[in-house]
Amino acid sequence: MLSRAQVLGLLFSLLAGCAYGQQQNSPSDIVKRGEYLARAGDCIACHTAPEGRIFAGGRAMPTPFGTLYSSNITPDRDTGIGKWTTEDFYKAMHTGRFPDGGLMYPAMPFASYTKVTQADSAAIFAYLKSIAPVSQKNREHDLRFPYSNRQLILGWRTLFFSEGEYKPDPSKSAEWNRGAYLVEGLGHCGMCHSPINALGGTSQSDAFKGGLIPMQNWYAPSLTSNREAGLGDWSLKDIADLLKTGVSARGVVYGPMAEVVHNSLQYLTDEDTNAMAVYLKSIAEPASRPPTTSATLPTTESSLLVSLGKTVYDARCASCHGAQGEGKPPHWPPLANNQSIEMESAVNAIRMVLNGGYPPGTEGNPRPYGMPPFAGLLSDNEVAAVVSYIRTAWGNRGAPVSAREANELRSAPLN
Amino acid sequence: MAWVGLAISVQTFPVLAQTPGHPPDTMEARVEACTPCHGKQGEGTSDVYFPRLAGKPAGYLYNQLLAFKNGRRKYPPMNYLLEYLGDPYLQDMAEYFAEQRPPLPAPAPSDASKEVLQQGQSLVSRGDPVRQIPACGSCHGPGLTGMEPGIPGLLGLRPNYVSAQLGAWRYGTRTAKAPDCMQQVAARLTEADVTAVAAYLATRPAPIVIAPAPKGAYVLPFACGSEPD
Ligand code: HEC
Ligand code: HEC
Ligand code: HEC
Ligand code: HEC
Ligand code: HEC
Repeated sequence: MLSRAQVLGLLFSLLAGCAYGQQQNSPSDIVKRGEYLARAGDCIACHTAPEGRIFAGGRAMPTPFGTLYSSNITPDRDTGIGKWTTEDFYKAMHTGRFPDGGLMYPAMPFASYTKVTQADSAAIFAYLKSIAPVSQKNREHDLRFPYSNRQLILGWRTLFFSEGEYKPDPSKSAEWNRGAYLVEGLGHCGMCHSPINALGGTSQSDAFKGGLIPMQNWYAPSLTSNREAGLGDWSLKDIADLLKTGVSARGVVYGPMAEVVHNSLQYLTDEDTNAMAVYLKSIAEPASRPPTTSATLPTTESSLLVSLGKTVYDARCASCHGAQGEGKPPHWPPLANNQSIEMESAVNAIRMVLNGGYPPGTEGNPRPYGMPPFAGLLSDNEVAAVVSYIRTAWGNRGAPVSAREANELRSAPLN
Repeated sequence: MAWVGLAISVQTFPVLAQTPGHPPDTMEARVEACTPCHGKQGEGTSDVYFPRLAGKPAGYLYNQLLAFKNGRRKYPPMNYLLEYLGDPYLQDMAEYFAEQRPPLPAPAPSDASKEVLQQGQSLVSRGDPVRQIPACGSCHGPGLTGMEPGIPGLLGLRPNYVSAQLGAWRYGTRTAKAPDCMQQVAARLTEADVTAVAAYLATRPAPIVIAPAPKGAYVLPFACGSEPD
């Protein structure tokens, strides 16, 4: 009997085959390809306001420097990009400059999109030109002085921006290069998954090393360290399941990552998903640091915490996550041997306990199971205790957390 | 994307067979994220601001879930939970809670004065023609059990919840499909009216039939976007 992966592989190569067979470069094919690439770039996440018209902009994006409002990128001639040329558009994606040479704020992820090829950029533009124009004026950004001065962007660019299309690595497979192109370019994964420094920049050498997303208070783990979300010891199938459906045997997505899967990744072809999985698996470096068992709390306090934690866990959590943290994957994720619970930052685990969550509804998992919020049911001390427990039980090697950390995250914004 | 569906249907079966335990394939298990606040069968909890869901018309519940998902109705913990769920799934959740029939709670003793309760009763059953306020019962039903598909029953709700919702309409933080008839009603109520109807509603005993009336069972005094004819 064929294994499931083989059956799938067969199915996809057949289907991919017919898709390619049809791929002439007729204008409507280019528009279709552009639509697909716009999905891969998740343009919709920022350029569509809640209940607003598609791509008409106006979505508020809070930053530490004030609020930015995304632009109207429908082909309306007066308020959108109807007067732009294909070259203007490429310049915006590639260099982060408006047609008149003005500088864009890096909240538009041109630092990643610069890797996109000219042909792909042209396809996205052709697609955007094909949608219904919406007349809606761009809202002024509301940034504090001095950030309202766009000249400051020059400094940021000198430090953090290097312009240039993706250069394939000839020593790697075509699949790996495709994955790298998507992850580093259109996917703009590095925008969240890199440490953000005080200037709001992520440096090339820190790419994919993980970071706390400002304002949202979610931690986007490192994609290169196996002690965080590095996927070195995940199977390709589990990685692909996670990206495509939002759940997997090893873990689930939530918070901002649920948005990414919901609006973007679930729409990628299986070929592209697999290519990303191959690339992501390859960039994970083996753990370099010793395990962080060194507790940050005095030991008597932490052992009291952990025993209270077990009581809370058995009463509130074990029915879904299992007495041994084994879960019922993929829907009720395992907590034992789950990197995203053990990693140094406990922000995500604390927030999950406070706020609960549903993985995104996707074509592959349209009716996800959810986790209740415990903010109203557990005290700060109990939250800290149960999080400390799951971070240290069953061979997990995280450090305990304090009630103060739990308390601080009660006020984190929910959307 | 039709072929994706195909690939997935090929795929799911072996997954089910392989995994040792699977959560029960029921809505009950899927809405466990909701029940600490709304009760296992949607009967409500001790928190006076957390509403009963059980037995309200599915169309009404669905409209609310959509409104929370899109941020038109605001309660951050729910806005966050629903943000990335598909509309057909929200419909399933609505139907699940609409089908539940836990008994209504016993009416709570009220500390409101007799006059206040009388004013409440008068607004609920007769309205106030002078101020053009129709009787609440003219839309919510003579037994206050609502009507399919879009009008909720008003029994089993705590006074704090009812006041908060009427207040939300008056201040524009809760809106329903246009024409938003409930907004028109709420806008005509004074603070004292709100207190009175909220207190009175909470004293009502459960009628024999607690299910909502079928669609079109009676004619509304004016048009409601939530109750298309
Ligand atoms: C993370 C949020 C984000 C994402 C994702 C995003 N953008 Fe933007 N985009 C912005 C913001 C913010 C601006 C305004 C920048 C400024 O004013 O400097 C902008 C500006 C633009 C502009 C300039 C419009 C004008 O009229 O000046 C274009 C064109 C554009 N984006 C296209 C895209 C495309 C195409 C994609 C997807 C491939 C995309 N954006 C994805 C946030 C985003
Ligand atoms: C808007 C910010 C954002 C973007 C963009 C983003 N991520 Fe994430 N990602 C997060 C956050 C926050 C988490 C932690 C929550 C979680 O585990 O789901 C996360 C988690 C992950 C995980 C770990 C999941 C687990 O169960 O351990 C992987 C893998 C991942 N992201 C891959 C990607 C890839 C690949 C891309 C680009 C296609 C991407 N992310 C883009 C914010 C983002
Ligand atoms: C009704 C079932 C249920 C209960 C009870 C429950 N969870 Fe969860 N848990 C889930 C589901 C479903 C998810 C995935 C949620 C998502 O993706 O948004 C999850 C996710 C998590 C995560 C994130 C896992 C990861 O991969 O990063 C943590 C941590 C967690 N739960 C801890 C707890 C703790 C601690 C308790 C008890 C206080 C608890 N859960 C109770 C179902 C449950
Ligand atoms: C943290 C507690 C909490 C959780 C969890 C929660 N809700 Fe709610 N829900 C509320 C509150 C409070 C309101 C009233 C909000 C308001 O003031 O408008 C509400 C309102 C509702 C309403 C509107 C009821 C009406 O009569 O108008 C529906 C429907 C609903 N919730 C369904 C759900 C579903 C389905 C879930 C799970 C996916 C859920 N809720 C999870 C607290 C919660
Ligand atoms: C013209 C018809 C109409 C009249 C009259 C009316 N209502 Fe409503 N009411 C509605 C509709 C329709 C809804 C559902 C709106 C929605 O979809 O959110 C509603 C919803 C409500 C809700 C929200 C219930 C919940 O579970 O959140 C309350 C409370 C309410 N009405 C109270 C009243 C009171 C009190 C009166 C009398 C003073 C009244 N209504 C009169 C049509 C009416």
